[in-house]
Amino acid sequence: MNVQNKFTNLTIERSSVPLSKEDFVSDQMVRWCPGCGSHAILNSVAQVFPKIGYKKENFMIVSGIGCSSRFPYYVNTYGFHGIHGRASAIATGVKIANPRLSVWIATGDGDSMAIGGNHFIHIVRRNVDVNLLLFNNQIYGLTKGQFSPTSPIGTITKTSPQGTIEHSFNPGELVIGSQGTFFARVIDTNQKMMTEVMFEAARHDGTSVIEILQNCVIFADKAYANITSKDLRDDHQLHLEHGKPMIFGKDKNKGIRLNGTQLEVISIGREGVMSDDILVHDQYQIDRGIHLMLAQMTPPDFPVALGVIRSAPFSTFDDQIEDQIKVAKSNGKYHTVDEVLNSGDVFVID
Amino acid sequence: MMINNPEIKELVGAVVKFAGDSGDGMQLSGTLFSEAAAKAGNDIATFPDYPAEIRAPINTIAGVSGFQVHVSSNRIYTPGDNCDFLVAMNPASLKINLKWAKPGCAIIIDFDTFDKKALEKAGYDSNPLENGSLADFKVIKAAISTQTCNVFMDLDIESKLAERSRNMFTLGIVLYVFNMQMESTIEYLKSKFSKNVASLSANTLALKGGYSYASTLSDLQTRVNILPAKLVKGKYRTITGNTATAWGLLAASERSGRQIFLGSYPITPATDIMVELAKYKSLGAIVFQAEDEIAGICSAIGASYAGSLAITTTSGPGLSLKSEAIGLAVMTELPLVIIDVQRAGPSTGMPTKSEQADLYQALFGRNGECPVVVLASSSPADCFYAAYKAAKIAMEHMTPVILLSDGYIANGSQLFKIPAVADLAEIKPLLAEANDPDFKPFHRDPITLVRKWALPGTEGLRHRVGGLEKENNIGNVTTDPQNHQLMVDLREAKVQKVADFTDPVKLIGRPEGDLLVVSWGGTMGAMKTSVEAVQNDNKKVSLAHFENIMPLPRNTADVFKNFRKILVCELNSGQFVNYLRMTHPEYHYQQFNKVQGLPFMISELISKYNQILEQK
Repeated sequence: MNVQNKFTNLTIERSSVPLSKEDFVSDQMVRWCPGCGSHAILNSVAQVFPKIGYKKENFMIVSGIGCSSRFPYYVNTYGFHGIHGRASAIATGVKIANPRLSVWIATGDGDSMAIGGNHFIHIVRRNVDVNLLLFNNQIYGLTKGQFSPTSPIGTITKTSPQGTIEHSFNPGELVIGSQGTFFARVIDTNQKMMTEVMFEAARHDGTSVIEILQNCVIFADKAYANITSKDLRDDHQLHLEHGKPMIFGKDKNKGIRLNGTQLEVISIGREGVMSDDILVHDQYQIDRGIHLMLAQMTPPDFPVALGVIRSAPFSTFDDQIEDQIKVAKSNGKYHTVDEVLNSGDVFVID
Repeated sequence: MMINNPEIKELVGAVVKFAGDSGDGMQLSGTLFSEAAAKAGNDIATFPDYPAEIRAPINTIAGVSGFQVHVSSNRIYTPGDNCDFLVAMNPASLKINLKWAKPGCAIIIDFDTFDKKALEKAGYDSNPLENGSLADFKVIKAAISTQTCNVFMDLDIESKLAERSRNMFTLGIVLYVFNMQMESTIEYLKSKFSKNVASLSANTLALKGGYSYASTLSDLQTRVNILPAKLVKGKYRTITGNTATAWGLLAASERSGRQIFLGSYPITPATDIMVELAKYKSLGAIVFQAEDEIAGICSAIGASYAGSLAITTTSGPGLSLKSEAIGLAVMTELPLVIIDVQRAGPSTGMPTKSEQADLYQALFGRNGECPVVVLASSSPADCFYAAYKAAKIAMEHMTPVILLSDGYIANGSQLFKIPAVADLAEIKPLLAEANDPDFKPFHRDPITLVRKWALPGTEGLRHRVGGLEKENNIGNVTTDPQNHQLMVDLREAKVQKVADFTDPVKLIGRPEGDLLVVSWGGTMGAMKTSVEAVQNDNKKVSLAHFENIMPLPRNTADVFKNFRKILVCELNSGQFVNYLRMTHPEYHYQQFNKVQGLPFMISELISKYNQILEQK
């Protein structure tokens, strides 16, 4: 598919001069804890913005509340630090009002999966052309350690001393279930993949959700150890690439195969399994079936799918609003407010 | 058929109420009657009185829908208290509306509907047409249902269509009674049914049928003639408050050059503003139907940051949900118009009934020291100017503005003298200029204390705003104690300074006297009518009606000091009066309150004034 290799979004003006990381450095002190995964996210954003190449005034970062949401202060762009859970709603207004901005949302699992869950599913459903960085650390950090909607069942925290008794959200399922067009998952320590995925997100027309598995060193340290630890990571991570077979494992000898209506892990070369049997990733596929199954994969039975899981082409909400206004302006009945005021049943007293 | 030729009597004015089952089309009959009267040169004011249920069970009290029209040869400001004419399409509509009928009221009744079953459903033990209970009224029995069907007897028209034309047949009767022409109604039908020939001919035939049938009604002793009102020269139309509000916003958008962004969630009785604005995409108006009230206001705040004339519309329960976000708009000092079309509360309350009980919420309903400008609309036509003013203040003073309307004026209609947009006051938002080397996000104009609106996308103005306290001028996040005190004081002073740019409160009557009546918002019509009535009675009573609530007009104290007594009338338990006690404690205030979901009756206001005047 040729959409892979170019920016389809022509509405945002590009910078006439090459930009660098320094163009986006803010003069504010970064106040996240040492070792927090957010530092890596900030670094990736500062790297990818110049690469994306829009004029620096055309970037806008919106956030809600939480550790993640201090983000706008740390990047020198236009920025809006909103209220808890509402970043997606604020960003929707920004993008509709001015589609010529590249709008980024920095949000967390509390901000977007709990208090702002409603806005999250609706921005995804509408396919507003924004990029949403979901800092998922499975914990409430800024309020000092309560469980979140993504904490695995049984998680012991200050407000769940005997362990949580509620199912956790899988953000990928939520995105795809909400008719989402773009979902990617990355780990905070893999900066290369994070930057590539952010670039892909910017290129995608529509709501691009990037779930970042982010380690909170204070309240949920090693929450992702079964994915990231040295001894497990090769067998528990599947790095997706469009057009490439889904192969993983220390010896690159494991793959994902579609068996009937379900995915399964197979070992290449064993019991006559050929590498041709391995599923080839198609991130642009409209059908959601395989993307959903990929998003759902969890250890120990499956590896966690990382990279761009879904990037399906659909028209965006903001483009369609612009189109409707364009049509109305050329076909519409009224072009001035005076015409409106004098429309219909008007009579003159003299 | 006998032609009855009743005498024609001249009246100054009359209040007509159309009442029927929800499906009977009484809202349309009433609206078209008011249009015909306006076309005939009368002043008009209307008010629909409809149930919250879309279609309650047929013939029940819960399903009665009414529409009141006041027509007059004088200037009028309210749809009137009690009615001189009542149209009752079934027993339930008679039962529920009889208490609003003046003694001697003419009641036009579709007696075809007064069968045993319908009477029982309405809760009548015996037939009021037969048991003498209507002796104080002039009952005009009309066979509306059967006669409407008779119109279509020899024609190839579905019986359903014929049945649905009962409202036009009834309107024909009322137009005959009021000696009015059918032209404006026929014009309306032609445009409404331009693509449906069957409906057009059915409705037109029914209208004409009703008109000629009325001339045979033996119960009809007199017809009525209302002379044209003396109106200022100009172009007029009728308008409802919600439509006027929407149009005022459109005008403000055009004058300011800022595109409209409305982020709203449907809620009675505010929805029609949104529905109206959605028609004007050709003027660039963006209407975003959000997933909830909070998303409505938050999307508007985002759009405001991006440079739109940002608006959110709601009613009381929605305003509650928006409280936190209003605080965000105060903190970020962004322009935002919040329109609260008040309804009876608390909680879900009585969604279709009107009240003025959201004033405290508008003034105080947020965390922290959180001042916003609060304005109120006075009448259906005034909604246009109030909305325009709200948008102007929001953009020129970089502040959220809460505009309080209410269900009574939002759904009511009156004559509107059409202004030219070019004649409206200029709107000049203070925009930061590209690459301004001195730009600081919270640098303020020394006179207005207003910061500049710096739009994303503009070169050289990158900056951050948010809900955290910011350092004055610079805009960095800070918890410095002195800075917080300064910013709290500045935000308050900025809002107070709006009073330097808005009109003083107008006095109706002499600037001194025995009694100053004080009111605000949507009660203006009843207040003005009642105060003028006692003034005509040579009482030294004046009216100060407030449209600017926060900040109060600069001349408020000057107006108050010259009266022996002050009476504050409002449709709540005393919210404005307590606000006055707080802001102007040097005066003694008496209060008159009503919280019934109903407007003030002119008669009850007059007796209250007289009672207070008689007190030593």
